[in-house]
Amino acid sequence: MKYLSEYRNLEETKKILDEIHKITTREWNIMEICGGQTHSLVKNGILELLPEKVRMIHGPGCPVCVTPLNLIDKAIELLEKGVIVCSFGDMIRVPGSKKSLLEAKALGGDLRILYSPIEAVSIAKENPDKEVVFFAVGFETTAPANALSVLHAEKEGISNYSILASHVLVPPAMEAILDDKFCTIDAFLGAGHVCAIMGTKEYNPLVEKYKIPIVVTGFEPLDLVQGIYLAVKQLEAGKYKLENQYSRIVKEEGNIAAINVINKIFEIGNREWRGIGEIPNSGYVIKEAYRKYDAEAKFDISNIKVPENPNCIAGQILRGIKKPHECEQFGKACKPANPLGAPMVSSEGACAAYYHFSNNL
Amino acid sequence: MDINNLGFTTINLGHGSGGELTRKLLDNLIFSVFSNPYLNEKHDGAIVKMEGKMAISTDSFVITPIFFKGGNIGSLAVHGTVNDVAMCGAIPKYLSLAFIIEEGLGVVEFYNIIKSIKKAADESGVIIVTGDTKVVEKGKGDKIFINTTGFGEVHPKASISMDNINVGDRIIVNGFIAQHGMAIMSERKGLEFESDIQSDSTNLNYLVKDLLDAFGNKIKLFRDPTRGGLGTVLHEIATDIELGVFIKEVQIPIEKQVAAACEMLGLDPMYVANEGVFIAIVDPSVENEVLALMRNHEKGKNASIIGEITEEHPNKVVLKSLIGGKRIVSPLVGEQLPRIC
Repeated sequence: MKYLSEYRNLEETKKILDEIHKITTREWNIMEICGGQTHSLVKNGILELLPEKVRMIHGPGCPVCVTPLNLIDKAIELLEKGVIVCSFGDMIRVPGSKKSLLEAKALGGDLRILYSPIEAVSIAKENPDKEVVFFAVGFETTAPANALSVLHAEKEGISNYSILASHVLVPPAMEAILDDKFCTIDAFLGAGHVCAIMGTKEYNPLVEKYKIPIVVTGFEPLDLVQGIYLAVKQLEAGKYKLENQYSRIVKEEGNIAAINVINKIFEIGNREWRGIGEIPNSGYVIKEAYRKYDAEAKFDISNIKVPENPNCIAGQILRGIKKPHECEQFGKACKPANPLGAPMVSSEGACAAYYHFSNNL
Repeated sequence: MDINNLGFTTINLGHGSGGELTRKLLDNLIFSVFSNPYLNEKHDGAIVKMEGKMAISTDSFVITPIFFKGGNIGSLAVHGTVNDVAMCGAIPKYLSLAFIIEEGLGVVEFYNIIKSIKKAADESGVIIVTGDTKVVEKGKGDKIFINTTGFGEVHPKASISMDNINVGDRIIVNGFIAQHGMAIMSERKGLEFESDIQSDSTNLNYLVKDLLDAFGNKIKLFRDPTRGGLGTVLHEIATDIELGVFIKEVQIPIEKQVAAACEMLGLDPMYVANEGVFIAIVDPSVENEVLALMRNHEKGKNASIIGEITEEHPNKVVLKSLIGGKRIVSPLVGEQLPRIC
């Protein structure tokens, strides 16, 4: 709790906000990468405390939001085939093309909501006559635990366990956003927890190539205002460099043990991002040697392809081109109880953040 | 009564048949524990005496796990209904009690639940006057479901109604929020984590009575934020009265361990269930006296004035965050779900 009270301190936060107001002379667009950061900005009312000239643009860092629609349909197909599907809680309300995992559960599917993929391996062990699949979505942050579950299954000789993987990577997504001709982003707040795993080094080439400041930032109110302050300070001085606001958690080299586990199971490959499309070398795919733990290889589901809802502008939201309330469907045809797309239902989705915390305030 | 010598250790379909086994179950477990003049009549229903206006409330309890830190499904079934009657500004007097038992429930477990019901009822000053027991096949229930209906006499000085709420009225909460939901969460399969968090499940009727004795119609509304938590209840009030609700995060009482557990699981304590918490909306002229009375009462030691009713932002709850920003508090949609990262 120490870090919580320290990093939610009114006086300290106010001091830095005052500094931001003092040094800001021009309009700046800053993108926070991670959905957790978006939620903290909105939930703590930080957006309205910033100078008008500092505009926060919400990035693609919501793992649930960028998981392709066809993968949700694949998970539902597995449930309907009698497979025990295990998932993080966030995923289960996200609409597939016909229904969500939660609705498939209500129709009799054996869906388990877990906090850790290691528990899914235990479930496989307890149910040797059933197939168990973990819905392994997320950025670099969740990849080590998902990879570890495969290593556990291998070590214990469990053959009825596999993962339906959709791991995506942050740096290629940042590059895709920067290459977009509509991009207006002047600086990034890097995703703190992704960097806790991967370190900060891989962001140097982006800083150099695009001459853009990147500040690796945490999630508490004080973290965020500090990150914004450092970004604005660089921008106002005409500088661009990589800075680490979240140094209490993030080390330059990252978490070596976690990276080794990832590299054992996964290799880099092309990945489809919901609402954005395929980005080359933007995700992890399971290595050939571990293909028997790949649910897409194990079950006949790889042909499921479905179109997105044409009324959902999630792609533009995730690239920061539009804000949630600028969508015609926002709060009307699209609400958390009846979402058109993932950003309205995920706990890290920008649309959900706007709907829950700042709707017409 | 020796429950080890009943001739059965688990409850089966026969115990709900209405025949010999049902009689054995009722006589040995239920009537022996709850024995009172109403039940001892062994009639189809109870004939009771009430004075003045009557408040009635019913609730069904389907909680998993059935035993948790700070209580069990039995004590909860009493507290939940007693509190709902109290929230109407009434003094709870009588309870009905109905069980739906899934066959296979252990007699010892059932007996422990019944003893908790008796204890909670005695502490709340209510009498169990009628009841029912049904047994369903394995797989058609979840160990045990309980329904209770409470009957109470409306306090002569009470004037509890949304219509009485005015701009400027204060919102006071009696104690720490989110304890019950987090206690249950800490024992759910797959989520177990080490903690000393206890459910706050308790009866609030005596504190409510003291408040009504002292402040009468200066108390505009009582509400207990059970499922959906404080956030959902405040939102309901704002939309029902078509006025605004303004609260300050810094004033919302939350115990450190509960806050840390919520943080760890990615849950917002504003939407976590409570079973011993209520809010009172009171006339601003008595806010300090109400707060003092609550803080002097065992069930209101951590009471706090969390906000007020406003003319601005009608139908919305606005929260001032710890760092001074503002946001709305929207109602909970579905269950709160654990996050990915």
